[in-house]
Amino acid sequence: MSILVNRNTRVVTQGITGKTGQFHTRTSRDYANGRNCYVAGVNPKKAGEDFEGIPIFATVAEAKAKTGVDTSVIYVPPPGAAAAIWEAVEAGLDLVICITEGIPVRDMIEVRDRMRKCGSKTLLVGPNCPGVITPDEIKIGIMPGHIHRKGAIGVVSRSGTLTYEAVGQLSALGLGQSSAVGTGGDPVNGMKHVDVLRLFNDDPETEAVIMIGEIGGSDEESAARWVKANMKKPVVGFIAGVTAPPGKRMGHAGAIISGGKGTAQEKLAIMEECGIKVTRNPAEMGKLLKSVLKR
Amino acid sequence: MKIHEYQAKELLRKYGVPTPRGVPCFSVDESVQAAKALGGRTCVVKAQIHAGGRGKGGGVKLARSADETRALAGQILGMQLVTHQTGPQGQKVRRLLIEEGADIRKEYYLGLVVDRGTQTVALMASAEGGMDIEEVAASHPEKIHRVAIDPATGLKDAEGDDVARRIGIPESSVPQARGLLQALYRAFWDTDASLVEVNPLILTGDGRVVALDAKMTFDDNALFRHPELAAMRDLDEEDPAEVEASKFDLNYIQLEGDIGCLVNGAGLAMATMDIIKFYGGQPANFLDVGGGATTEKVTEAFKIMLRNPSLKAILVNIFGGIMKCDVIATALVAAAKLVSLKVPLVVRLEGTNVELGKTILAESGLPIISGADMADAAQKVVAAARASSSPVR
Repeated sequence: MSILVNRNTRVVTQGITGKTGQFHTRTSRDYANGRNCYVAGVNPKKAGEDFEGIPIFATVAEAKAKTGVDTSVIYVPPPGAAAAIWEAVEAGLDLVICITEGIPVRDMIEVRDRMRKCGSKTLLVGPNCPGVITPDEIKIGIMPGHIHRKGAIGVVSRSGTLTYEAVGQLSALGLGQSSAVGTGGDPVNGMKHVDVLRLFNDDPETEAVIMIGEIGGSDEESAARWVKANMKKPVVGFIAGVTAPPGKRMGHAGAIISGGKGTAQEKLAIMEECGIKVTRNPAEMGKLLKSVLKR
Repeated sequence: MKIHEYQAKELLRKYGVPTPRGVPCFSVDESVQAAKALGGRTCVVKAQIHAGGRGKGGGVKLARSADETRALAGQILGMQLVTHQTGPQGQKVRRLLIEEGADIRKEYYLGLVVDRGTQTVALMASAEGGMDIEEVAASHPEKIHRVAIDPATGLKDAEGDDVARRIGIPESSVPQARGLLQALYRAFWDTDASLVEVNPLILTGDGRVVALDAKMTFDDNALFRHPELAAMRDLDEEDPAEVEASKFDLNYIQLEGDIGCLVNGAGLAMATMDIIKFYGGQPANFLDVGGGATTEKVTEAFKIMLRNPSLKAILVNIFGGIMKCDVIATALVAAAKLVSLKVPLVVRLEGTNVELGKTILAESGLPIISGADMADAAQKVVAAARASSSPVR
């Protein structure tokens, strides 16, 4: 088992004809069951053509009607990315994974508002995220597939390369992953840590979860409180940005501490209060997880 | 991106937010003329820097005559203004705002920010005007009134009236306050702002509400659709190293320590700073090279880090996924040779083609210290920084 995506997921790539979209569609298609999973692309100007055998449609709705896709991955450049998310939501897909970095916050506020008001069931991961992977089944996004191993550890994080670091440590210790989800570094996004933890909690094959956070916002705090009340499996954590000065944006638009909220220290303290074992050493994330396993 | 108070007020006036009349000035003579043109009995000489806390730092003064205006403008223009936001070195004052004096009966606080929790723009208002809102939020959170504004409708009349009453604006001034709040929100939304702060908002002796101060910050990701705002950027207010880095698409932030970091990805870059501190060192900077570490980018990154006189050692931490380790190693070697790197360089590579990458580093003839993993690399760079007793240059 796994969460969100598996070998039966059928994916449409929005922005398949751009340089980034082409590159990552190729590497994702070459991973595990990718050849069967990547069945459609979208570009209104190139409908009827194909990308290395993957048919291109004018709209997501058409791609869904013709190929039965349930999930979309978005590489559309920032000015049109929020509209691309909305198109996938209107087409009624189950899951939209938006990789695009640099979408204006106002566009995200609007699209999230519309998603809530139309009662959409579509889940959004991202934007500005590495994507979602279920090892040995399907890779949707820009993460390097080869560092992953199939297994029972759930990984959830806001960051890209720091997630790879955690996955690399787990794999090196012989601990495979059920699924790894990057929720993204933007202030206004789709799924939060808590939403992903809920899914891992219900996934029978996930034994434990590693939750990686960073400064800014309060996603980790609310996730920690939820864990305390509901989680049946061990959770360990790390928060990046103990050394980050207030008021400075550390790369991710979401990673800015303001108003005394969202410092790494506060997050770590609340996580510990809620029974989540944390480490202040990012080289020890894998070892910490191993220490809480019941075997 | 931040702008100056006078620029924020010009923008807000276009949306119908009342502010005092004022003139931006770049010299003492201009300031005296501006005061004369404003014509009131008093005027306020306000230092224009991006940092907050200008009043407490001595950058805002009241002048009662032309002579006083001349003296104060001369005193403030060119001074190194130190506030709690500038750091101990302060910020040089290059621009002034000469503004008419205001008849202040009462002060309030207004702020608009993006609220991640509700995914809306939130209005915050408080009767505690003039104070640092972070302090109010910490000591008296109940004194801050919040409204999550519906993006589809904007701030509704009833919401505006309610907030105005809650912070104690007199009934006769409530309709005008509602208009001001709605104008403020329209300005925020239209300009893709990430912060609008009016601290203080004042009630005048004759019952008008006026934005006495104004601060605006914009979403960098939206500047592509606001060239008129992008033109307001004042590079004098930014760290020269950060400006230089942004030209090469590098995300650089200078810090207080002596160990330079070059990392791919923002999360891993923060974690790298953290692990240096964990092992007893102090990071000199945050530097995210992003997805493509070319020779050109790495060379520029080295150059920018080397400008920091405190720098004693550099740690490169790359998790190569899409970016292959051999490509990165080649770029590192070329860049180190180009800048004739003298400080110890510790490199930790992981990911695709890692063995090939390590071979390239080992065979380069450069004294590169290899880190087996993040912990090993961090410990080695902390030791290297300690060993170099004084900075190299």
